[in-house]
Amino acid sequence: MTTQDKQASTMIIGVIAWLWVLIPFGYGLYELVIKIPALFGS
Amino acid sequence: MAAFLSRDATIASPGWSRWLIPPAALSIHLAIGQAYAWSVFKTPLAATMLAGNPNSGVLTALPFQLAIIMLGLSAALFGTRVDANGPRWAMVVATACFVAGFLISALGCYTGQYWLVVLGYGFVGGIGLGVGYISPVSTLIKWFPDRPGLSTGIAIMGFGGGALIASPLTSQLLAAFGGTGKGATAAGVGQTFLVLGLIYAVFMSAGWLLIRVPADGWRPAGWTPPTEGVLAGRFDVSARNAIRTPQFWLLWVVLCFNVTAGIGILERAAPIYADFFPNAASPAALAAAAAGFVAMLSLANALGRILWSTTSDLVGRKNMYRFYLGVGALLYLVLTLIGNGSKVLFLICAILILSFYGAGFATAPAYLRDLFGTYQVGAIHGRLLTAWSVAGVLGPLIVNAIADAQIAAKVAGPARYTPSFIIMIVLLALGFVANELIKPVADRFHEERATSTPTGATA
Repeated sequence: MTTQDKQASTMIIGVIAWLWVLIPFGYGLYELVIKIPALFGS
Repeated sequence: MAAFLSRDATIASPGWSRWLIPPAALSIHLAIGQAYAWSVFKTPLAATMLAGNPNSGVLTALPFQLAIIMLGLSAALFGTRVDANGPRWAMVVATACFVAGFLISALGCYTGQYWLVVLGYGFVGGIGLGVGYISPVSTLIKWFPDRPGLSTGIAIMGFGGGALIASPLTSQLLAAFGGTGKGATAAGVGQTFLVLGLIYAVFMSAGWLLIRVPADGWRPAGWTPPTEGVLAGRFDVSARNAIRTPQFWLLWVVLCFNVTAGIGILERAAPIYADFFPNAASPAALAAAAAGFVAMLSLANALGRILWSTTSDLVGRKNMYRFYLGVGALLYLVLTLIGNGSKVLFLICAILILSFYGAGFATAPAYLRDLFGTYQVGAIHGRLLTAWSVAGVLGPLIVNAIADAQIAAKVAGPARYTPSFIIMIVLLALGFVANELIKPVADRFHEERATSTPTGATA
Protein backbone atom coordinates (compact mmCIF):
# COMPACT_ATOMS: atom_id res chain seq x y z
CA MET A 1 0.00 0.00 0.00
CA THR A 2 1.46 3.35 -1.01
CA THR A 3 1.55 6.34 1.33
CA GLN A 4 -1.17 7.97 -0.75
CA ASP A 5 -3.41 4.90 -0.44
CA LYS A 6 -2.79 4.84 3.29
CA GLN A 7 -3.72 8.50 3.65
CA ALA A 8 -6.91 7.94 1.65
CA SER A 9 -7.95 4.94 3.73
CA THR A 10 -7.22 6.85 6.97
CA MET A 11 -9.42 9.66 5.72
CA ILE A 12 -12.27 7.28 4.84
CA ILE A 13 -12.01 5.58 8.24
CA GLY A 14 -12.01 9.03 9.86
CA VAL A 15 -15.17 10.15 8.05
CA ILE A 16 -17.00 6.90 8.93
CA ALA A 17 -15.81 7.08 12.54
CA TRP A 18 -17.03 10.63 13.03
CA LEU A 19 -20.37 9.88 11.31
CA TRP A 20 -20.70 6.81 13.56
CA VAL A 21 -20.83 9.07 16.62
CA LEU A 22 -22.25 12.28 15.16
CA ILE A 23 -25.39 10.77 13.60
CA PRO A 24 -26.72 9.32 16.91
CA PHE A 25 -25.69 12.51 18.69
CA GLY A 26 -27.53 14.59 16.09
CA TYR A 27 -30.63 12.44 16.60
CA GLY A 28 -30.45 13.01 20.36
CA LEU A 29 -29.87 16.72 19.89
CA TYR A 30 -32.86 17.02 17.56
CA GLU A 31 -35.14 15.16 20.00
CA LEU A 32 -33.99 17.54 22.71
CA VAL A 33 -34.23 20.82 20.84
CA ILE A 34 -37.83 20.19 19.77
CA LYS A 35 -38.83 20.13 23.46
CA ILE A 36 -37.34 23.52 24.28
CA PRO A 37 -39.97 25.80 22.63
CA ALA A 38 -42.56 24.54 25.16
CA LEU A 39 -40.48 26.26 27.83
CA PHE A 40 -41.43 29.62 26.39
CA GLY A 41 -45.00 28.72 25.55
CA SER A 42 -46.42 28.67 29.10
CA MET B 1 -7.19 -12.64 21.53
CA ALA B 2 -5.05 -11.61 24.52
CA ALA B 3 -2.43 -10.24 22.13
CA PHE B 4 -5.06 -8.22 20.28
CA LEU B 5 -6.12 -6.58 23.54
CA SER B 6 -2.60 -5.81 24.75
CA ARG B 7 -1.19 -2.32 24.88
CA ASP B 8 1.54 -3.29 22.37
CA ALA B 9 -1.08 -4.26 19.78
CA THR B 10 -2.62 -0.80 20.01
CA ILE B 11 0.53 1.23 19.36
CA ALA B 12 -0.26 3.46 16.38
CA SER B 13 1.58 2.92 13.14
CA PRO B 14 3.28 5.97 11.62
CA GLY B 15 0.72 8.19 9.93
CA TRP B 16 -2.19 7.19 12.19
CA SER B 17 -4.31 10.31 12.68
CA ARG B 18 -4.92 11.38 16.26
CA TRP B 19 -8.35 12.66 15.15
CA LEU B 20 -9.52 9.04 15.06
CA ILE B 21 -9.12 8.83 18.83
CA PRO B 22 -11.97 11.20 19.85
CA PRO B 23 -14.62 9.17 17.92
CA ALA B 24 -13.21 5.99 19.51
CA ALA B 25 -13.62 7.60 22.93
CA LEU B 26 -17.08 8.92 22.03
CA SER B 27 -18.23 5.43 20.99
CA ILE B 28 -17.72 4.41 24.60
CA HIS B 29 -18.83 7.58 26.37
CA LEU B 30 -21.97 8.19 24.28
CA ALA B 31 -23.02 4.64 25.17
CA ILE B 32 -22.30 4.61 28.90
CA GLY B 33 -23.80 8.10 29.23
CA GLN B 34 -27.09 6.19 28.96
CA ALA B 35 -26.90 6.07 32.76
CA TYR B 36 -28.27 9.62 32.93
CA ALA B 37 -31.39 8.39 31.12
CA TRP B 38 -32.21 5.71 33.69
CA SER B 39 -35.26 7.66 34.83
CA VAL B 40 -37.04 6.63 31.61
CA PHE B 41 -37.16 3.07 32.99
CA LYS B 42 -38.52 4.05 36.40
CA THR B 43 -42.22 4.39 35.57
CA PRO B 44 -42.41 1.26 33.36
CA LEU B 45 -40.67 -0.82 36.04
CA ALA B 46 -42.92 0.58 38.76
CA ALA B 47 -45.99 -0.14 36.65
CA THR B 48 -45.05 -3.71 35.75
CA MET B 49 -42.55 -5.62 37.89
CA LEU B 50 -43.18 -3.52 41.01
CA ALA B 51 -46.88 -2.88 40.52
CA GLY B 52 -48.57 -2.36 43.89
CA ASN B 53 -45.30 -2.16 45.78
CA PRO B 54 -45.43 0.88 48.11
CA ASN B 55 -41.64 1.24 47.88
CA SER B 56 -41.50 1.26 44.11
CA GLY B 57 -40.05 4.80 44.06
CA VAL B 58 -37.05 3.78 46.16
CA LEU B 59 -36.68 0.41 44.45
CA THR B 60 -36.66 1.82 40.93
CA ALA B 61 -33.91 4.26 41.96
CA LEU B 62 -31.71 1.41 43.27
CA PRO B 63 -30.17 0.22 39.96
CA PHE B 64 -29.07 3.78 39.10
CA GLN B 65 -27.71 4.53 42.57
CA LEU B 66 -25.77 1.26 42.65
CA ALA B 67 -24.46 1.94 39.15
CA ILE B 68 -23.09 5.36 40.17
CA ILE B 69 -21.51 3.90 43.31
CA MET B 70 -19.95 1.10 41.22
CA LEU B 71 -18.77 3.69 38.69
CA GLY B 72 -16.68 5.43 41.34
CA LEU B 73 -15.48 2.23 42.99
CA SER B 74 -14.53 0.41 39.80
CA ALA B 75 -12.80 3.48 38.37
CA ALA B 76 -10.77 3.71 41.57
CA LEU B 77 -10.06 -0.03 41.86
CA PHE B 78 -9.31 -0.78 38.21
CA GLY B 79 -7.68 2.52 37.26
CA THR B 80 -4.12 1.21 37.61
CA ARG B 81 -4.97 -1.91 35.58
CA VAL B 82 -6.54 0.26 32.87
CA ASP B 83 -3.31 2.23 32.61
CA ALA B 84 -1.20 -0.96 32.59
CA ASN B 85 -3.27 -3.05 30.16
CA GLY B 86 -4.11 -0.25 27.78
CA PRO B 87 -7.29 1.35 26.46
CA ARG B 88 -8.42 -1.48 24.16
CA TRP B 89 -8.50 -3.98 27.00
CA ALA B 90 -10.38 -1.46 29.13
CA MET B 91 -12.90 -0.72 26.38
CA VAL B 92 -13.58 -4.40 25.79
CA VAL B 93 -14.09 -4.97 29.53
CA ALA B 94 -16.34 -1.89 29.69
CA THR B 95 -18.38 -3.09 26.69
CA ALA B 96 -18.72 -6.61 28.11
CA CYS B 97 -19.84 -5.39 31.54
CA PHE B 98 -22.14 -2.64 30.27
CA VAL B 99 -23.85 -4.90 27.73
CA ALA B 100 -24.03 -7.80 30.22
CA GLY B 101 -25.80 -5.43 32.59
CA PHE B 102 -28.58 -4.89 30.05
CA LEU B 103 -28.84 -8.59 29.22
CA ILE B 104 -29.05 -9.61 32.88
CA SER B 105 -31.69 -6.91 33.42
CA ALA B 106 -33.66 -8.29 30.46
CA LEU B 107 -33.48 -11.74 32.02
CA GLY B 108 -34.72 -10.26 35.30
CA CYS B 109 -37.72 -8.74 33.54
CA TYR B 110 -38.58 -11.94 31.68
CA THR B 111 -38.38 -14.05 34.86
CA GLY B 112 -39.96 -11.48 37.19
CA GLN B 113 -36.83 -11.28 39.36
CA TYR B 114 -36.27 -7.59 40.11
CA TRP B 115 -33.06 -8.30 42.00
CA LEU B 116 -31.51 -9.33 38.66
CA VAL B 117 -32.24 -5.84 37.30
CA VAL B 118 -30.48 -4.30 40.31
CA LEU B 119 -27.55 -6.73 40.02
CA GLY B 120 -27.33 -6.46 36.23
CA TYR B 121 -27.77 -2.77 35.56
CA GLY B 122 -26.45 -1.54 38.91
CA PHE B 123 -23.56 -3.83 39.80
CA VAL B 124 -22.31 -5.39 36.54
CA GLY B 125 -23.29 -2.44 34.33
CA GLY B 126 -21.85 -0.03 36.91
CA ILE B 127 -18.44 -1.68 36.59
CA GLY B 128 -18.73 -1.07 32.84
CA LEU B 129 -19.47 2.58 33.54
CA GLY B 130 -16.39 3.05 35.72
CA VAL B 131 -13.92 1.22 33.48
CA GLY B 132 -15.44 2.78 30.36
CA TYR B 133 -15.38 6.29 31.77
CA ILE B 134 -11.64 6.28 32.42
CA SER B 135 -10.64 4.03 29.49
CA PRO B 136 -9.88 6.73 26.89
CA VAL B 137 -8.80 9.57 29.20
CA SER B 138 -5.06 8.99 29.54
CA THR B 139 -4.84 7.98 25.86
CA LEU B 140 -6.50 11.22 24.79
CA ILE B 141 -4.16 13.25 26.98
CA LYS B 142 -1.15 11.52 25.41
CA TRP B 143 -2.41 12.16 21.87
CA PHE B 144 -3.31 15.78 22.63
CA PRO B 145 -0.60 17.11 24.96
CA ASP B 146 -1.13 20.50 23.33
CA ARG B 147 -4.91 20.51 23.93
CA PRO B 148 -5.74 18.19 26.84
CA GLY B 149 -8.82 20.18 27.82
CA LEU B 150 -10.30 19.96 24.33
CA SER B 151 -9.65 16.24 23.94
CA THR B 152 -11.00 15.12 27.30
CA GLY B 153 -13.83 17.65 26.94
CA ILE B 154 -14.98 15.92 23.73
CA ALA B 155 -15.03 12.49 25.37
CA ILE B 156 -16.64 13.58 28.60
CA MET B 157 -19.17 15.65 26.67
CA GLY B 158 -20.08 12.27 25.18
CA PHE B 159 -20.99 11.01 28.63
CA GLY B 160 -23.25 14.03 29.10
CA GLY B 161 -24.67 13.59 25.61
CA GLY B 162 -25.32 9.86 26.01
CA ALA B 163 -28.61 10.54 27.74
CA LEU B 164 -29.74 12.73 24.84
CA ILE B 165 -29.63 9.64 22.63
CA ALA B 166 -30.75 7.05 25.17
CA SER B 167 -33.73 8.95 26.52
CA PRO B 168 -35.81 9.23 23.30
CA LEU B 169 -34.53 5.88 22.01
CA THR B 170 -35.59 4.08 25.19
CA SER B 171 -39.00 5.78 25.19
CA GLN B 172 -39.59 4.71 21.59
CA LEU B 173 -38.48 1.12 22.26
CA LEU B 174 -40.64 0.86 25.37
CA ALA B 175 -43.65 2.06 23.38
CA ALA B 176 -42.90 -0.32 20.51
CA PHE B 177 -42.49 -3.40 22.74
CA GLY B 178 -45.40 -2.72 25.07
CA GLY B 179 -43.29 -1.75 28.07
CA THR B 180 -45.24 1.42 28.71
CA GLY B 181 -48.80 2.75 28.53
CA LYS B 182 -52.00 0.75 29.02
CA GLY B 183 -51.37 -2.98 29.25
CA ALA B 184 -47.64 -2.55 29.80
CA THR B 185 -45.80 -5.79 30.51
CA ALA B 186 -42.49 -6.68 32.14
CA ALA B 187 -41.62 -8.63 28.99
CA GLY B 188 -41.89 -5.37 27.03
CA VAL B 189 -39.45 -3.71 29.41
CA GLY B 190 -37.19 -6.78 29.15
CA GLN B 191 -37.23 -6.62 25.38
CA THR B 192 -36.20 -2.97 25.57
CA PHE B 193 -33.24 -3.90 27.80
CA LEU B 194 -32.29 -6.69 25.40
CA VAL B 195 -32.41 -4.55 22.25
CA LEU B 196 -30.56 -1.67 23.93
CA GLY B 197 -27.85 -4.11 25.05
CA LEU B 198 -27.40 -5.37 21.49
CA ILE B 199 -27.35 -1.84 20.05
CA TYR B 200 -24.69 -0.77 22.54
CA ALA B 201 -22.61 -3.91 21.88
CA VAL B 202 -22.36 -2.92 18.20
CA PHE B 203 -21.96 0.81 18.84
CA MET B 204 -19.18 0.43 21.43
CA SER B 205 -17.19 -1.96 19.23
CA ALA B 206 -16.03 1.03 17.15
CA GLY B 207 -14.24 2.26 20.26
CA TRP B 208 -12.02 -0.74 20.87
CA LEU B 209 -11.42 -1.29 17.15
CA LEU B 210 -10.26 2.29 16.54
CA ILE B 211 -8.37 3.09 19.71
CA ARG B 212 -4.57 3.43 19.46
CA VAL B 213 -1.88 4.65 21.82
CA PRO B 214 0.88 6.88 20.48
CA ALA B 215 4.37 5.42 20.07
CA ASP B 216 6.89 6.33 22.77
CA GLY B 217 8.18 9.83 22.29
CA TRP B 218 5.47 10.79 19.82
CA ARG B 219 4.41 14.39 19.87
CA PRO B 220 2.20 16.51 17.61
CA ALA B 221 3.93 18.08 14.64
CA GLY B 222 5.30 21.51 15.49
CA TRP B 223 4.55 21.20 19.20
CA THR B 224 7.25 21.71 21.81
CA PRO B 225 6.55 20.64 25.39
CA PRO B 226 6.60 23.47 27.92
CA THR B 227 9.92 23.68 29.71
CA GLU B 228 9.06 25.31 33.00
CA GLY B 229 7.08 24.45 36.10
CA VAL B 230 5.43 21.37 37.54
CA LEU B 231 2.06 22.62 36.34
CA ALA B 232 3.41 22.33 32.81
CA GLY B 233 3.24 18.56 33.25
CA ARG B 234 6.94 17.76 33.09
CA PHE B 235 6.87 15.56 36.17
CA ASP B 236 5.17 12.25 36.78
CA VAL B 237 3.53 11.07 39.98
CA SER B 238 2.29 7.49 40.48
CA ALA B 239 -1.32 6.84 41.48
CA ARG B 240 -0.10 5.46 44.83
CA ASN B 241 1.80 8.64 45.57
CA ALA B 242 -0.89 10.94 44.19
CA ILE B 243 -3.40 9.99 46.88
CA ARG B 244 -0.78 10.90 49.50
CA THR B 245 -0.63 14.47 48.29
CA PRO B 246 -2.85 17.28 49.60
CA GLN B 247 -3.37 18.37 45.99
CA PHE B 248 -5.31 15.20 45.19
CA TRP B 249 -7.63 15.59 48.16
CA LEU B 250 -8.13 19.30 47.57
CA LEU B 251 -9.14 18.55 43.99
CA TRP B 252 -11.36 15.76 45.32
CA VAL B 253 -13.17 18.35 47.48
CA VAL B 254 -13.40 20.74 44.52
CA LEU B 255 -14.98 18.09 42.27
CA CYS B 256 -17.25 16.74 44.99
CA PHE B 257 -18.71 20.14 45.89
CA ASN B 258 -18.95 21.31 42.28
CA VAL B 259 -20.91 18.15 41.39
CA THR B 260 -23.08 18.42 44.50
CA ALA B 261 -23.99 22.00 43.56
CA GLY B 262 -24.95 20.99 40.02
CA ILE B 263 -27.02 18.06 41.16
CA GLY B 264 -28.86 20.53 43.39
CA ILE B 265 -30.70 21.72 40.30
CA LEU B 266 -30.40 18.68 38.05
CA GLU B 267 -31.98 16.26 40.51
CA ARG B 268 -35.23 18.22 40.86
CA ALA B 269 -35.19 20.24 37.67
CA ALA B 270 -38.83 19.68 36.69
CA PRO B 271 -40.32 20.30 40.18
CA ILE B 272 -38.08 23.36 40.65
CA TYR B 273 -39.38 24.87 37.42
CA ALA B 274 -42.99 24.10 38.36
CA ASP B 275 -42.53 25.65 41.82
CA PHE B 276 -40.89 28.80 40.43
CA PHE B 277 -43.31 29.32 37.53
CA PRO B 278 -46.58 27.52 38.30
CA ASN B 279 -48.81 29.84 36.24
CA ALA B 280 -49.25 28.05 32.93
CA ALA B 281 -52.25 27.89 30.61
CA SER B 282 -52.91 24.28 31.64
CA PRO B 283 -51.26 21.46 33.63
CA ALA B 284 -50.18 19.93 30.32
CA ALA B 285 -48.51 23.20 29.26
CA LEU B 286 -46.73 23.37 32.62
CA ALA B 287 -45.50 19.77 32.26
CA ALA B 288 -44.29 20.50 28.71
CA ALA B 289 -42.50 23.65 29.87
CA ALA B 290 -40.84 21.74 32.72
CA ALA B 291 -39.74 19.06 30.22
CA GLY B 292 -38.31 21.84 28.05
CA PHE B 293 -36.42 23.15 31.08
CA VAL B 294 -34.96 19.68 31.76
CA ALA B 295 -33.96 19.39 28.09
CA MET B 296 -32.26 22.77 28.15
CA LEU B 297 -30.30 21.82 31.27
CA SER B 298 -29.19 18.56 29.64
CA LEU B 299 -27.92 20.53 26.68
CA ALA B 300 -26.08 22.97 28.98
CA ASN B 301 -24.56 20.03 30.85
CA ALA B 302 -23.24 18.48 27.62
CA LEU B 303 -22.06 21.67 25.90
CA GLY B 304 -20.44 23.07 29.06
CA ARG B 305 -18.15 20.05 29.07
CA ILE B 306 -16.51 20.88 25.78
CA LEU B 307 -16.84 24.67 25.83
CA TRP B 308 -15.33 25.41 29.25
CA SER B 309 -12.87 22.52 29.15
CA THR B 310 -11.48 23.80 25.84
CA THR B 311 -11.24 27.29 27.33
CA SER B 312 -9.12 25.81 30.13
CA ASP B 313 -6.38 25.12 27.56
CA LEU B 314 -6.11 28.88 27.10
CA VAL B 315 -6.58 30.28 30.60
CA GLY B 316 -5.40 27.41 32.80
CA ARG B 317 -7.19 24.85 34.91
CA LYS B 318 -7.01 26.66 38.23
CA ASN B 319 -8.55 29.80 36.75
CA MET B 320 -11.38 27.78 35.22
CA TYR B 321 -12.27 26.20 38.55
CA ARG B 322 -12.19 29.67 40.13
CA PHE B 323 -14.75 30.60 37.47
CA TYR B 324 -16.96 27.50 37.94
CA LEU B 325 -16.99 27.76 41.73
CA GLY B 326 -16.94 31.53 42.21
CA VAL B 327 -19.41 32.46 39.48
CA GLY B 328 -21.47 29.36 40.35
CA ALA B 329 -21.88 30.61 43.93
CA LEU B 330 -22.88 34.06 42.67
CA LEU B 331 -25.44 32.53 40.30
CA TYR B 332 -27.01 30.57 43.14
CA LEU B 333 -27.12 33.83 45.11
CA VAL B 334 -28.91 35.55 42.20
CA LEU B 335 -31.40 32.67 42.02
CA THR B 336 -32.04 33.00 45.75
CA LEU B 337 -32.53 36.76 45.56
CA ILE B 338 -34.63 37.08 42.39
CA GLY B 339 -36.89 34.11 43.03
CA ASN B 340 -39.39 34.05 40.16
CA GLY B 341 -39.00 37.77 39.41
CA SER B 342 -37.42 37.17 36.01
CA LYS B 343 -37.80 33.99 34.00
CA VAL B 344 -35.01 34.94 31.60
CA LEU B 345 -32.56 35.57 34.44
CA PHE B 346 -33.66 32.33 36.10
CA LEU B 347 -32.96 30.38 32.90
CA ILE B 348 -29.59 32.03 32.33
CA CYS B 349 -28.49 31.22 35.89
CA ALA B 350 -29.68 27.61 35.69
CA ILE B 351 -28.05 27.05 32.29
CA LEU B 352 -24.72 28.44 33.45
CA ILE B 353 -24.78 26.44 36.70
CA LEU B 354 -25.38 23.24 34.76
CA SER B 355 -22.69 24.09 32.22
CA PHE B 356 -20.25 24.49 35.15
CA TYR B 357 -21.41 21.16 36.56
CA GLY B 358 -20.49 19.37 33.33
CA ALA B 359 -17.32 21.38 32.90
CA GLY B 360 -16.12 20.36 36.37
CA PHE B 361 -16.01 16.75 35.17
CA ALA B 362 -14.45 17.54 31.82
CA THR B 363 -11.66 19.78 33.11
CA ALA B 364 -10.59 17.42 35.91
CA PRO B 365 -8.43 15.04 33.79
CA ALA B 366 -6.41 17.94 32.35
CA TYR B 367 -6.01 19.41 35.85
CA LEU B 368 -4.72 16.03 37.02
CA ARG B 369 -2.29 15.93 34.13
CA ASP B 370 -1.02 19.38 35.06
CA LEU B 371 -0.47 18.31 38.66
CA PHE B 372 0.64 14.68 38.36
CA GLY B 373 1.85 14.23 34.77
CA THR B 374 0.65 11.61 32.29
CA TYR B 375 2.33 8.55 33.88
CA GLN B 376 -0.76 7.13 35.66
CA VAL B 377 -3.27 9.87 35.03
CA GLY B 378 -6.00 7.34 34.19
CA ALA B 379 -5.60 5.59 37.53
CA ILE B 380 -5.49 8.89 39.42
CA HIS B 381 -8.60 10.02 37.57
CA GLY B 382 -10.29 6.79 38.60
CA ARG B 383 -9.55 7.48 42.25
CA LEU B 384 -10.80 11.05 41.89
CA LEU B 385 -14.15 9.80 40.61
CA THR B 386 -15.00 8.52 44.09
CA ALA B 387 -15.84 12.20 44.69
CA TRP B 388 -18.64 11.74 42.16
CA SER B 389 -20.02 8.73 44.01
CA VAL B 390 -20.12 10.75 47.24
CA ALA B 391 -21.66 13.77 45.50
CA GLY B 392 -24.20 11.52 43.79
CA VAL B 393 -25.51 10.58 47.23
CA LEU B 394 -24.89 13.93 48.98
CA GLY B 395 -26.50 16.24 46.40
CA PRO B 396 -29.89 14.55 46.05
CA LEU B 397 -29.94 13.90 49.80
CA ILE B 398 -29.56 17.60 50.64
CA VAL B 399 -32.01 18.90 48.06
CA ASN B 400 -34.68 16.25 48.52
CA ALA B 401 -34.55 16.23 52.32
CA ILE B 402 -34.84 20.01 52.51
CA ALA B 403 -37.52 20.21 49.82
CA ASP B 404 -39.58 17.51 51.57
CA ALA B 405 -39.26 19.35 54.89
CA GLN B 406 -40.29 22.64 53.26
CA ILE B 407 -43.28 20.99 51.60
CA ALA B 408 -44.31 19.51 54.96
CA ALA B 409 -44.03 23.02 56.44
CA LYS B 410 -46.36 24.26 53.66
CA VAL B 411 -43.69 26.52 52.17
CA ALA B 412 -44.50 27.19 48.50
CA GLY B 413 -42.80 28.78 45.51
CA PRO B 414 -39.11 29.68 45.24
CA ALA B 415 -38.78 29.90 49.05
CA ARG B 416 -39.03 26.12 49.08
CA TYR B 417 -35.48 25.97 47.70
CA THR B 418 -33.84 28.86 49.57
CA PRO B 419 -32.13 26.68 52.24
CA SER B 420 -30.84 24.27 49.56
CA PHE B 421 -29.45 27.10 47.46
CA ILE B 422 -27.73 28.64 50.48
CA ILE B 423 -26.09 25.29 51.23
CA MET B 424 -24.93 25.12 47.60
CA ILE B 425 -23.41 28.60 47.90
CA VAL B 426 -21.50 27.52 51.01
CA LEU B 427 -20.29 24.31 49.34
CA LEU B 428 -19.13 26.21 46.25
CA ALA B 429 -17.32 28.74 48.46
CA LEU B 430 -15.57 25.88 50.28
CA GLY B 431 -14.64 24.38 46.91
CA PHE B 432 -13.28 27.76 45.82
CA VAL B 433 -11.03 27.87 48.90
CA ALA B 434 -9.87 24.28 48.27
CA ASN B 435 -8.96 25.21 44.70
CA GLU B 436 -6.98 28.22 45.95
CA LEU B 437 -4.97 25.92 48.21
CA ILE B 438 -3.82 23.71 45.30
CA LYS B 439 -0.10 24.25 44.72
CA PRO B 440 2.44 22.31 42.63
CA VAL B 441 3.16 18.80 43.94
CA ALA B 442 6.28 18.50 46.12
CA ASP B 443 9.41 16.98 44.54
CA ARG B 444 9.43 13.98 46.87
CA PHE B 445 6.33 12.56 45.17
CA HIS B 446 7.81 12.67 41.65
CA GLU B 447 8.85 9.56 39.76
CA GLU B 448 12.12 9.55 37.91
CA ARG B 449 11.76 12.04 35.07
CA ALA B 450 10.77 10.51 31.74
CA THR B 451 13.38 10.95 29.05
CA SER B 452 11.40 10.65 25.88
CA THR B 453 12.71 11.51 22.49
CA PRO B 454 10.46 12.92 19.84
CA THR B 455 9.72 10.97 16.70
CA GLY B 456 7.86 11.75 13.50
CA ALA B 457 4.33 12.86 14.04
CA THR B 458 1.06 13.61 12.41
CA ALA B 459 -1.57 15.91 13.80
